[in-house]
Amino acid sequence: MKGDGDILLTLAGHFALLSLFAIGGANAAVPEMHRVAVELRHWMTDRQFADLFAIAQVSPGPNVIIVTLIGYQAAGLAGALVATLAMCGPTCVFAFYMGRTWERFREARWRNAIQSGLVPISIGLIAASALILALAADRNWVAGAVTFATAAFGYWTRLNPLWMFTAAGLIGLAGYI
Amino acid sequence: MSETPIAAPDPPPGLSELFLAFASMSLAGFGGVLPWARRAVVEQRKWLTAEQFNEAFSFSQLLPGPNIVNFSVIFGSRLRGPAGAAVALAGLLGPPLVIVTIFAMLYTRYGDIPWLQGVLSGLAAAAAGLIIATTAKMAKPLFEKALATRSLDAAPLVALAVFFAIGILRWPLPYVLAVAAPVSIALAWFRR
Repeated sequence: MKGDGDILLTLAGHFALLSLFAIGGANAAVPEMHRVAVELRHWMTDRQFADLFAIAQVSPGPNVIIVTLIGYQAAGLAGALVATLAMCGPTCVFAFYMGRTWERFREARWRNAIQSGLVPISIGLIAASALILALAADRNWVAGAVTFATAAFGYWTRLNPLWMFTAAGLIGLAGYI
Repeated sequence: MSETPIAAPDPPPGLSELFLAFASMSLAGFGGVLPWARRAVVEQRKWLTAEQFNEAFSFSQLLPGPNIVNFSVIFGSRLRGPAGAAVALAGLLGPPLVIVTIFAMLYTRYGDIPWLQGVLSGLAAAAAGLIIATTAKMAKPLFEKALATRSLDAAPLVALAVFFAIGILRWPLPYVLAVAAPVSIALAWFRR
């Protein structure tokens, strides 16, 4: 089909770039994924994005697996593979080579400056992820209450998130959201 | 080079053992693999001490890209070279990739069924709440420090500025980082 190759190239380009800008892990990259997939490329709606993020969270495996779902939504099986490889490839090569040289700078002042300088940026990015996901997921007051309750339990207790997901899933199943 | 923080255990684990270790921690890792990685590598197999694990992981966080993916590459290559890196990565990503692809197919096919849509809406609301909790936990030390010293520390301001630019204004990440990263690193450099 005409255009499929274009989508794959676009996917590869976006995620390879994102791979190198993802400071603070996959969850910190969620706002950029949302911007590209929903606002820029219209591969999915806001609601579908929130659904896919939820599926990634309740699936086993690292959080980065959200890119596989986005890739599939955009361009099927090939899209899933391309997006995953693009998101992990560049950073893996980088990690492979840096892993061999970096440790000799363990005590270096500039390394510590980079390390502590990136912390507030990661926090700002994850806070933005939280806002974007909440706006996409909370379509009525029950959903908002579920988000609020999960945040409170997650912050103040050590309850396994599995229980919170189970409860939230049941509330959704009952048709309240 | 024998003094490296990630010293290889003697004898190093085989490639299949490495694959299985990363596959099992990945499949157990629901909502984040890190706690399982620590358990598998430090507590069960004793391939690293807790201190070595922290050092290796903090380095993985420093690199761009998904942290646990970086960790698998660094750890695998340290133990068994390029083949070890490839095997650890394949173990970490392979099985979840298959599972999540099946979920993606099911979602495409059945995602519009009302009861499933309801369940997903519930899960999405909870997932957002958990990210809010993560944010609060991460931000707490940053803001507490600023309050305790009663000084206008720059770090919380950087976090707020990044949040505003990305979350509210929805600016593209590369542009925001091109400004925020150098500024924040320079502030950290001159902090003492």
